[in-house]
Amino acid sequence: MILVFAETQEGKVKKSAFEAVYYGAKVAADQGTTCTALLLGQAADGGHLGRYGASEVLQVDHPSLSAFDSSTFSKVLASVAQDKKATLVILPDSANGKSMLGQVAILLKAGAIRGANALPEIKEGGMEIGRAVFSGKAFAICRVDTGVAVISLAGNTLKPVAEGNEVVVKKVETVVPSPRTRVVNVRRTTGIVPLPEAEIVVSAGRGMKDPSNWGLVEELAEVLGATTACSRPVADSGWRPHHEHVGQTGIAIRPNLYIAIGISGAIQHLAGVNSSKVIVVINKDPEAPFFKAADYGVAGDLFEVVPQLTLALKRFKEAHH
Amino acid sequence: MKLLVAISQTPETTARIAFKDGGTAFDSTGVNYIMNPYDEWYALVRALELKEEKGGTVTVIHCGPATNDVTLRKALAIGADDAIRVEMEPASAYSVAHEIAAHAADAGYDLILTGKETIDFNGALVGSMVAGLLDLPFISHVSKMVMQGDTVLVTRDIEGGVEEIEVSGPFVLSAAKGLAEQRIPNMRGIMSAKTKPLQVVSPVGTDLPDRHIRFSVPPAKSAVKMIDPSDMDTLVRLLHEEAKVI
Repeated sequence: MILVFAETQEGKVKKSAFEAVYYGAKVAADQGTTCTALLLGQAADGGHLGRYGASEVLQVDHPSLSAFDSSTFSKVLASVAQDKKATLVILPDSANGKSMLGQVAILLKAGAIRGANALPEIKEGGMEIGRAVFSGKAFAICRVDTGVAVISLAGNTLKPVAEGNEVVVKKVETVVPSPRTRVVNVRRTTGIVPLPEAEIVVSAGRGMKDPSNWGLVEELAEVLGATTACSRPVADSGWRPHHEHVGQTGIAIRPNLYIAIGISGAIQHLAGVNSSKVIVVINKDPEAPFFKAADYGVAGDLFEVVPQLTLALKRFKEAHH
Repeated sequence: MKLLVAISQTPETTARIAFKDGGTAFDSTGVNYIMNPYDEWYALVRALELKEEKGGTVTVIHCGPATNDVTLRKALAIGADDAIRVEMEPASAYSVAHEIAAHAADAGYDLILTGKETIDFNGALVGSMVAGLLDLPFISHVSKMVMQGDTVLVTRDIEGGVEEIEVSGPFVLSAAKGLAEQRIPNMRGIMSAKTKPLQVVSPVGTDLPDRHIRFSVPPAKSAVKMIDPSDMDTLVRLLHEEAKVI
């Protein structure tokens, strides 16, 4: 069977968990088995996971799971995986998912694949899954022959569709080791889709000239329902927070649409964004290297082009609603 | 404090990425190698700062062939006290983590640091696996760390924000941007690195639970469609009708 760690945030199932369950259910159907989702800690809407293909939703609700401790979460996930004889364990490719991946693989003596970006293939008894390597500059096929694989699923690999029915969440009792770390504070910008999950990203670079001009970027992002990002020089100079920095040494993203404004397109930046399905580049320099990696380009002054694009999108939205 | 920093060697950030032998191996022709930036700029430098604040030693460990000694000498030049190289061709994150854990098991380190991921295989696995093998607490994506008596206050990057975590006793962390500032080795450091201990050890060895079997580079993009800057309605129409992303 296939076990999915359905990550939650503030008591609600995260968007990435629905995608992971949808992916897990697809693999289960291919392999003639079933997909179970596991909730660790409290979650009000766990039953929704059934709609995306989980035939069973389990929940371990214990005070020690009220805040994230990587080791405790990994041990509980691994122990449920062992009980259920899971052959594939799927985690989100989030900060928490990535931090657990190696530990769960060790506990299960399993192969580990970070950032799977396609459905697995079974070949000669082993499981082969694609992933991005060299910070997005290349792809690889990773093979696991141990019989059990633990993977983290890259965001936007499949578009989850609600095809099934709500299920009743089943509580399970298991040993929960005491956490050895203590979360004392969480500071999060609320109401914004995190970058790795965002379907549309609007990103800007040094061409913005000054952080006070960021309103242009935010207005465009708002009309698109997009998450905002920035290039490394912008984060380094403190114009924008580091968690918005996309690129080789920042966050690697693969949205459906990436709009780059005033970013020249250094190879290190491209590495983090070139898995985006469609790239639009707006830059006043027609020789900017980013145009070579773009699907659509606008060679013009961003201070004129971006407001025009925002207006055009508003007209489009009004005409289509 | 007794500190261990796990170090990897990667192609430099601007290296041309190509493969050979029918896409089964990385083509290193003309590629310059560097210390993995997350290991060097953040994990190693923060370890050195802790040593400067609290006293102690910083050991660096690396799994690789003798040609990689240059990377370990650089770590010594930046300020590490001693280096260990496990003589092997690293074949997966697990084989590397297994060697690091075998070395650290009875060595009594207070803290084991590594970068959040390498910029070549981007596995983000070694720190987590070392913690799993040694049953130590693990905190990933650490962008700040402050000692508060016997406890450590750690700031960790999460999606769209940060989390502050207290931990006491030995633990493993993976370092993200912000944890420290890059240091350039000075001439005195480079000279002293030549005589600092660099121990070469044989690998313990292990099975490989996973391996990368084929590589490819993305197909070249078709030519960019340039849109007249005064005609954003056309761009919107193309994004809707042709690209189907809005």
